[in-house]
Amino acid sequence: MDPEEVPPPLALVDVTKSFGSVRALRGLSLELRSGEIHAMVGENGAGKSTLVKTIAGVHRPDGGRVLVDGRPTEFAAPVDAQRAGVAVIYQEPTLFPDLSVAENIFVGRQPRTRLRTIDRGRMRRDTEEVFTRLGVHMDPDRPARGLSIADQQLVEIAKALTRKARVLVMDEPTAALSGVEAERLFTVARTLRDSGAALLFISHRFDEVFSLCDRITVVRDGAFVSCDPTADLDVDTVVRRMVGRDVSSLYPKEDAERGETVLEVDGLTRHGVFADVSFEVRAGEIVALAGLVGAGRSEVIRAVFGVDRYDAGTVRVQGRPLPPGRPKAAMDAGVALVPEDRRQQGLVMESSIERNATATRRGPLSRLGLLRRSAERESAREWGERLSLKSGGLAEPVSTLSGGNQQKVVLAKWLSTEPRVLFVDEPTRGIDVGTKAEVHRLLSTLAGQGLAIVMVSSELPEVLGMADRVLVMHEGRVTAELDRDEADEESVMYAATGQRPSEAA
Amino acid sequence: MAPERTVTAPAPDRAPEGAPDPSGRRPAARIRSLLSARETPVVGALVVTLLGAGLFVDMFATGRNIDFLVLSVAAIALMALPMTLIVITSEIDLSVASTLALSSATLGVLWESGVPIETALWICLAVGAALGAFNGFLVTVCGLPSLAVTIGTMALYRGLAYVLLGDRAVASYPRDWVGGVRAPFLGVEGLPWIAVAILLLSAAFGVLLHATAFGRSLFDIGNNDEAARFTGVSVRWTKFWLFTLSGVVASGAGVFWTLQYGTSRADTAFGLELQVVAAVLLGGVSIFGGVGSILGVMSGVVLLGAIRNALQLFGISSEVLQIVTGLILIASVVTPNLVARTRARRAPAPAPGPVPASAPSPASAPTKGEAP
Repeated sequence: MDPEEVPPPLALVDVTKSFGSVRALRGLSLELRSGEIHAMVGENGAGKSTLVKTIAGVHRPDGGRVLVDGRPTEFAAPVDAQRAGVAVIYQEPTLFPDLSVAENIFVGRQPRTRLRTIDRGRMRRDTEEVFTRLGVHMDPDRPARGLSIADQQLVEIAKALTRKARVLVMDEPTAALSGVEAERLFTVARTLRDSGAALLFISHRFDEVFSLCDRITVVRDGAFVSCDPTADLDVDTVVRRMVGRDVSSLYPKEDAERGETVLEVDGLTRHGVFADVSFEVRAGEIVALAGLVGAGRSEVIRAVFGVDRYDAGTVRVQGRPLPPGRPKAAMDAGVALVPEDRRQQGLVMESSIERNATATRRGPLSRLGLLRRSAERESAREWGERLSLKSGGLAEPVSTLSGGNQQKVVLAKWLSTEPRVLFVDEPTRGIDVGTKAEVHRLLSTLAGQGLAIVMVSSELPEVLGMADRVLVMHEGRVTAELDRDEADEESVMYAATGQRPSEAA
Repeated sequence: MAPERTVTAPAPDRAPEGAPDPSGRRPAARIRSLLSARETPVVGALVVTLLGAGLFVDMFATGRNIDFLVLSVAAIALMALPMTLIVITSEIDLSVASTLALSSATLGVLWESGVPIETALWICLAVGAALGAFNGFLVTVCGLPSLAVTIGTMALYRGLAYVLLGDRAVASYPRDWVGGVRAPFLGVEGLPWIAVAILLLSAAFGVLLHATAFGRSLFDIGNNDEAARFTGVSVRWTKFWLFTLSGVVASGAGVFWTLQYGTSRADTAFGLELQVVAAVLLGGVSIFGGVGSILGVMSGVVLLGAIRNALQLFGISSEVLQIVTGLILIASVVTPNLVARTRARRAPAPAPGPVPASAPSPASAPTKGEAP
């Protein structure tokens, strides 16, 4: 093969990196070839982020070599990596919101006119040209404020291209994108590949990895496990290599007995956000709210819980109406909400694990109005054990935990209230395969114990694997209600995009 | 079912790591956390200052001087209590000194028009509650930043005080009231009853902040009000009540201040709000919210008062006192930053959180052989 002849634009050989006593990378090797999309998969904490930062020149490796075009190179600072043609697109880009798209792309290296002023015309033309090359439409003059995350990523990619980057690293770019947006990103990625760039794609979503990437490298515990062409792999093999054990089943759905109706939502409307949303959930049932990002799913459950207001409609829990806009009343009625953004909404990151885990139950843990620290600690310990939380001590700030363990703290926080209705919003976003399966098993067990669960999820396999019923939302309205045996990828996607299968029309 | 067991089984072995280790690690950790607490430097500085001043400054450790010291910081100490709670929720109330003045002016007008002090006192507190509630209304219902709101009401309330009194002073308060507020507790010299009252109030605020669900929610609000809201905390009501409380306490301090000096004037306690905020920050409360303690703040109040008092006894001019106070404040802000920075430099960069936390799970031990 031709590409074998020329040295790869970027290769890492036996790279090691330790932080104190923790060995984050223990001999990782990776070879990124031109004209290839390379996937790296591994559990959270497997060393992916450290590797990305090493490639970006943020971390200096302790040992091993970094080869650029076959020549040993040292990245002492991010500038060195940029000069070598390496660009990293992070999950959530940080653009200057008040600068225009073009200004963001050329920030710090604006083209100059002869008078040393900024050549806006050229900046705009170059931006337009790069967008044309990527096949996307965006106004170079619009401010970056208000761009969707997907568009911000495209701006970052455009920035990388104007820097003549040959190696593009994408660190979980699709975690916050809708299906359509992700598809557009993949088109761009394929365009770049075909023009000879080397891409590294990091993702937790196997469907993306398998449809997009040419080779897959698996890492575990900071070490290289395997690297094979995608065609030679299947999901089970990859998962087994990632976790180093068999994951019996990703979606261990148990059949639960359906009980009485616990939650009734009727005609819930918030102007401009969602309209006339009605559904019921029975005890022991998992109802999934599916749809594209922005369809109004999270907004509905937040309104039901009372964090957001709504303009019309009623919510009843066990027959009793729930007053609008009062989360405390919802909690007292036995409603719990595990929010979408655990760092911003689910947890107080500066606060300790035990305080976060008990934040919902400070009343019951008090005696005569005084909080008992021992009771807090005991409750946190008990729930930590139940959810097999891995931590360095419950008094540590919750920010020291990995994403999956943080999610367990949020779950502990809400499950300890012994709710009757549990809302979970993207319960497994950004957490690793092992913990994901644990969360799924937990939800399934809880439903088996008679909890009514409403799950918002953008991951179709999760929706199809976990839900007894699927409600599909499109632009603020429920467009389909599908039973478990009716729901498949096609029927959900049709409803989510607001279309109908042709035979039904 | 069986394969599930293999995953969850390690839980009992693993979880105790998270639980406090009973074998003596805890006291050491407790001491360490005590030493690294934000209020430790100010408490230490207070102890050193009091000891130093007591040993080396003539007249410092006398009953009369202590009496004077306590009375000079009493109003600041009172207003610093609710201010601590407000700053912890990452808001601020700059109108406290103006509220004090308006309360004092109200007392003066009422007294002049023949209302007995026992009645006027309650009216003043009610006025204070209304002034605080107005701040709270603007901050919570209108969603305005408290810094802007209370700078506005600072001028507004001061202006209203001038409307009530003009440039007059009311100084005809009955003698037994004026002397009464400075009276010693149980006849002990150096211990005015207000000191006892402040101690009791501090204890109450300390318990409220550090040992109740309400107090915890204040820290949560200061650190991340969105997460607090998602946990069922009513952020708006909490802040509203804090501002109201601040108004009540400030007007109470106004009544005390008036009787302490036996006079009501519209320009009274001008600029005192900055001394209150200064003491709160010196006491280790973060201006960004989420961190702080009553012990630290009270130490800060007394420390500032004691240094001024000791320097005054040395005969140092008030201009120099101003400069010293300013320097102390700057030092109090700079020192923790320097400490944190040197600490960060000395210790090797901590590993990015997730790496150690989800390190090898027991089941994944035989790993390398499996790679093809």
